Amino acid sequence: MELWERLRKGLGATRALFGERLMGEGGRVRVEALEEALLVADVGVETAEGIVRDFARASRSEVADAGGELAWLKARLRRLLSDDGTPPQRGMPHVVLVVGVNGTGKTTTVAKLAAAARAAGRSVVMVAADTFRAAAVEQLQSWGQRLGLEVVAHRQGADPAAVVFDALNAAKSRKLDEVIVDTAGRLHTKHNLMAELEKVRRVCGRAVTGAPQEVLLVLDATTGSNGLAQAREFREHAGVTGVVLTKLDGTAKGGVVLAVARELGVPVKWVGVGESVEDLLPFSADAFVEALLEPLQGESR
Amino acid sequence: MLEAISERFQKVFKALRGEGHLTEKHVDEALGEIRRALLAADVALPVVKEFTARVRERAVGEEVLSSLRPAHQVVKIVHEELTRLLGGEQKPLRLRGFPAPVLLVGLQGTGKTTTCAKLAVFIKNNLRKHVLLVPADCQRLAAREQLEQLGAQAGLPVLDTRGWSTPEEIARGALLEARRKGFEVLLFDTAGRLHVDDELMAELETLHGILKPSEVLFVADAMTGQDAVRSAEAFAARLPLTGVLLTKLDGDARGGAALSVVTVTGTPLRFAGVGERLGDLEPFHPDRMASRILGMGDMLTLIEKAQATVDAQRAEELERKLRKQGFDLEDLREQLRQLRSGGLMGQIMDLIPGAKALKGQQVDDRRLKRFEAIICSMTPRERRHPEIIKGSHRRRIARGAGTTVEEVNRLLRQYAEMRKLVKRAGSGDPRRMLRSLGM
Repeated sequence: MELWERLRKGLGATRALFGERLMGEGGRVRVEALEEALLVADVGVETAEGIVRDFARASRSEVADAGGELAWLKARLRRLLSDDGTPPQRGMPHVVLVVGVNGTGKTTTVAKLAAAARAAGRSVVMVAADTFRAAAVEQLQSWGQRLGLEVVAHRQGADPAAVVFDALNAAKSRKLDEVIVDTAGRLHTKHNLMAELEKVRRVCGRAVTGAPQEVLLVLDATTGSNGLAQAREFREHAGVTGVVLTKLDGTAKGGVVLAVARELGVPVKWVGVGESVEDLLPFSADAFVEALLEPLQGESR
Repeated sequence: MLEAISERFQKVFKALRGEGHLTEKHVDEALGEIRRALLAADVALPVVKEFTARVRERAVGEEVLSSLRPAHQVVKIVHEELTRLLGGEQKPLRLRGFPAPVLLVGLQGTGKTTTCAKLAVFIKNNLRKHVLLVPADCQRLAAREQLEQLGAQAGLPVLDTRGWSTPEEIARGALLEARRKGFEVLLFDTAGRLHVDDELMAELETLHGILKPSEVLFVADAMTGQDAVRSAEAFAARLPLTGVLLTKLDGDARGGAALSVVTVTGTPLRFAGVGERLGDLEPFHPDRMASRILGMGDMLTLIEKAQATVDAQRAEELERKLRKQGFDLEDLREQLRQLRSGGLMGQIMDLIPGAKALKGQQVDDRRLKRFEAIICSMTPRERRHPEIIKGSHRRRIARGAGTTVEEVNRLLRQYAEMRKLVKRAGSGDPRRMLRSLGM
């Protein structure tokens, strides 16, 4: 897949940066090399140390069973990232709330999700509940025009919960399959804004029983360890069910999702790899782990 | 996480304190923790390596070995080096030429458009220049509308670029418009782009060639991780950057990206974005940023600051009193005043072992002020014997302080917790207890 090729290229640059061989003698994984590979991928100090510790403690037979040190590591990381696979409860309509800090790419992700839903043959409406940022409503409306999809919006400055309530009721009476809600970007440290999000969530449940069935946190792949703090707060206040990792088409690895999965058990659902609507892919733990550990493949490649 | 780092630091420093002199081994041990702290703050690994090597070179040697408090000396060196690196050569915005074009560039979602409006407000208010905002983002949907709305909010003119379809056309048109109407500064909001997008990076070079801007500011997100070095390096390779603007510093990111970006671009940090309102742009403070990146590592500065805040004599008085009769609301008020005058509450609270319980809600200076008002609304007897404060007293106190009974209750609850803390700390060395209260 082209994306993972690009990820590898980025990692090649990283390797050049260190100018040292990351693979030890005889095809064994050097512990420092492993730690560095994880650190430069933004896995975070604690998680990196945790993984290194697990690796050091793994018994010889365990490693042999897995097919070698690298294989053991890959399996370990894949297990960390594994989604339990239970699909979210389907609702009627199915409500997806898209949340995150400023500038991660929420609005674009909403458009991509809506396009994907329509491609799957579902009737879908987008909701412009970012009534705070200047021209956020216009941005989603422009996407709506481009995609030929309907957007429910109030004027800027309106109560986001009211927009959502109206949109959900409309979707219910028109028997639409899916509602995708764009919310305002907010730093997870702003109590009042997080409280506002709680309210939006409550109102969803009032309009449609069981809604929102999905709450997706949009995480920017360039984010460092702060991503974990973001995930923690958004999970607490908005009930995040999954992560959308955006901007993976640059050189960033987005390793923080490993910390998020390990600490909070929130799985990654989608990855964003570009600016057009097709650039949203289902997350693949295999490919992600391959890219993350690529520096350890040594020079045999 | 932070607490963990703090504990580790304290352990190292305890070990260091035991020695009269600092050996290489000790420096290395301290640097190990500093490396970890920097990585946890998201400073890029190559930058961390370079930085710790530099500190080691400075620390191991006479300067440290002969000093009396070697542990503190190491932290001080770290803090100084960090401040120096972050500050670089501080210089005011250079607005030369007529008009003087300023280019804002960066990755998507770092906050260029908002920052553009904030910077325009800053230039208008502080430099008293006529600014024209130029939306030159032809990529993102509704980017122009966003800048137009922000301009309207700020009462600043925004160039109507609807007739043009490329950034080059916009640049030429903007220069003409500025000369015709006498705008002194042109602020260009460019499209966010990936540093690996060759086409869009080339477009920036073209734009730079046409405008010959007096400032090219790289807008970076404070929450960025390791990738900060790669993207900043790529932008610096294409454009002669003149400064860095760090956004979203109002969050809780430690902001290690600041050090990464400054190191690889070789340009100083100029401004910091600290909120969503248009006035939320501040000149950059290297020393504050250094403390923030080090997080709990910056024990020395904190200890120094705390010592400066507290009047030594009153501290002694308090110590005697605490030992004799415990901690009443008069003492709490004294604490609040001293802490508030230093604006240090948050940091000090972080330093107090076990004070996390008190931090349940965010401690900010406003709340300190309110608490002080509440205590001031009590009678001296109530302050000395808080247990006599009953419902009717609380209502009266709340009225007097212009607040609610809930707030009075909250203060009393926190006081009770604090007293417990004091008792606990008091069972040990009273001096340590005082330190734990931020003195």
